[in-house]
Amino acid sequence: MKRYTIFVITENFIGILNRITIIFTRRGINIDALTASESRLPGIHRITIEVTATEDTVIQLVNQIEKIIDVIKAFHHEDESVVYQEIALYKIPVSKLDGGLEKIIRQHNAKIIAAEPEFVVLELTGHKEQTQELLEILKEYGLLEFARSGRVAVAKRMLTIDSFVK
Amino acid sequence: MKESKIRGADIVVRALIEEQADLIFGYPGGAIMPVYDALYDYHDQLRHVLTRHEQGAIHAAQGYARVSGKVGVCIATSGPGATNLITGLADAQIDSTPLVCITGQVAAHLLGTDAFQETDVVGISMPGTKWNIQVRRVEDIAPAIAKGFYIAKSGRPGPVLIDITKNAQVDFGEFNYVRCEGFRSYKTQIPVEKSAIQKAAFLINMAKRPYLLFGQGVILGKAEDELKSFLEKSGIPAASTLLGSGALSQDHPNYVGKLGMHGNYAPNLLTNQCDVLIAVGMRFDDRVTGDLKRYAKQAKVIHLELDPSEINKIVKCEVAVIGNSKESLALLTEAVTQKSHPEWMAKFRELEQEENAAVINNDLKPSKVGLTMGEVIHNINQYKADDAVLVTDVGQHQMIAWRYFNYKKTRTQVTSGGLGTMGFALPAALGAQLHDYSRQVICVVGDGGIQMTIQELGTIMQTKAPVKIVLLNNNFLGMVRQWQQMFFDKRYSFTELDNPDFIKIAEAYSIKAQKVTDRGDLQEAIEDMLIHDGPFFLEVVVEKEDNVFPMIATGCSVEEVRLS
Ligand SMILES: Cc1ncc(C[n+]2csc(CCOP(=O)(O)OP(=O)(O)O)c2C)c(N)n1
Ligand SMILES: [Mg+2]
Repeated sequence: MKRYTIFVITENFIGILNRITIIFTRRGINIDALTASESRLPGIHRITIEVTATEDTVIQLVNQIEKIIDVIKAFHHEDESVVYQEIALYKIPVSKLDGGLEKIIRQHNAKIIAAEPEFVVLELTGHKEQTQELLEILKEYGLLEFARSGRVAVAKRMLTIDSFVK
Repeated sequence: MKESKIRGADIVVRALIEEQADLIFGYPGGAIMPVYDALYDYHDQLRHVLTRHEQGAIHAAQGYARVSGKVGVCIATSGPGATNLITGLADAQIDSTPLVCITGQVAAHLLGTDAFQETDVVGISMPGTKWNIQVRRVEDIAPAIAKGFYIAKSGRPGPVLIDITKNAQVDFGEFNYVRCEGFRSYKTQIPVEKSAIQKAAFLINMAKRPYLLFGQGVILGKAEDELKSFLEKSGIPAASTLLGSGALSQDHPNYVGKLGMHGNYAPNLLTNQCDVLIAVGMRFDDRVTGDLKRYAKQAKVIHLELDPSEINKIVKCEVAVIGNSKESLALLTEAVTQKSHPEWMAKFRELEQEENAAVINNDLKPSKVGLTMGEVIHNINQYKADDAVLVTDVGQHQMIAWRYFNYKKTRTQVTSGGLGTMGFALPAALGAQLHDYSRQVICVVGDGGIQMTIQELGTIMQTKAPVKIVLLNNNFLGMVRQWQQMFFDKRYSFTELDNPDFIKIAEAYSIKAQKVTDRGDLQEAIEDMLIHDGPFFLEVVVEKEDNVFPMIATGCSVEEVRLS
């Protein structure tokens, strides 16, 4: 089992996400994370799915996704062949904000993006390992809330989606 | 201005006519009433058949589609009407049957509010359709139907569901119909790769014991002639899956029999002795492969298949030839050398004799008192037309009828293969018959399954469809009973049936009926049935506890196929 990123290029059609997730649920495969956004081209969406599975399974998933009528193209990549980021937000009580914590924030390249009378919100963008590391540390500082996005990713190759859309 | 516009409901019907639909099946209700109102105006151009249940409507559309090669169409109302279609959708999806199903839906402003007879049919039917869509505006009706027909019949066929809200049916809109000829996200034509053909031909030319398995893909791809030419040039023995039956005449010298759990002895056993296995338009269903870990491990597999997601899904192949079998088989025929494999072929014939001695002779010409299902089919073979269609339900009678029916022509086999839907046969036979009144349609059904859709006798009565219904009555859910006998210590848990007087039921529907309990009456009854001008109901009381053999038990390998 390995971590894979599946890219799906699709028409912006109601229900498409449902059709894609059915393919995973039928096989009892968990989606680790999923993001959907517009692509560079109008009317075309891209969906990024992170999944842990064997390559055999991933190939079959991708083939079945591509079979969906409104899907234009689907691919899978190993972590090494994609550039990806996730964003994490941490809510910390103001009372815990001292010199020690400020140093940790700097060391991790996190940012304070909101300050309220009772809490601050930190942001860190990076790979899951990085945001997870900070999470473990902040648990010691009375962490109030934590949220992490799915992966946004682009492939490390020159091929663009235009070649699939004609 | 207003004059040039028509109601959404009229658009639905005129779109169906534009798509050359000539026969549709359905059942009315509140949310689809505007469409029914429109059907009233167009009844001379588009025939609608009222079934007795929506499941009957969709199975009838499936039967129609399977024999005609056209798109089957059915219509239902929202809520329970729509949910009654689900079994048929799942069946058509797994058996690649082209369908367009139109359901009514509550008005758009009520969607999501639990309105009367509102159900999320697009959500419910998603896993069981090739494509589905909800239409909420009159201007979207015609494009959705055009796209739906295109998707249903192109590529690997399948069912499409179009859910149309009531407001869209009653609003007025322009009608200028444009048929769909493709769109960017959906590729139907994958050109066959020449290099794959070369690799495949190389393996085939080198092979000592090549073996070909064909499935419904040959029929869907209209590649029957190409299959025949390929076999005649290459000299390769060929076996059929359940749904592939009919793609090659059983009289053909290269034909060696049927595959799968209750298929023939040689075709199963020798799967594990071939050196090159050529699979054409089939998907290695587990009923065909038995235990995968011991399936054709010695063979190099060549898979000719239209749907790329089938490649390496179950059986890993050495060469994948993706594309329509009509094209790929023709190219492959050119690339292979003329050959024959007499010794290898003789192995099949040898084992065939073993099966004859151990199973077939007893099935077809029994010496015991009770009637066998096999002898009924054997008698049908004597009198049936070459292009007679055999429609079967699910169970022992299905396997026996398939085993012994003499398939000579393509599109003569209609059964629920992938889903195994009891209740399929009677409505599917009706649909097959209504496509062509002059063709013999023989519906072989069990005493269990017929009672799942027996109400369609009413539709047969009303349409006078001359379906020949052969009920093989063993007073058991026979196939389940067989498993209970073999694998559950004969603990017959809830499989014996107290049945009604089927003859009275058929007669209540004004269908000529006869019951046969003695061997002496069988032949004449079948002859009478087949020459009768109109529907006929023949009940044959057969042995209660006969079993279907050969059999590959669950978990066993194809080479462990049992003769008893
Ligand atoms: C809708 C449905 N329910 C249950 C089954 C499971 N099943 C498969 S064969 C069978 C028995 C069929 O009995 P009958 O129609 O009398 O046919 P026989 O096997 O006796 O020929 C059953 C219950 C099924 N295939 N479909
Ligand atoms: Mg029975």
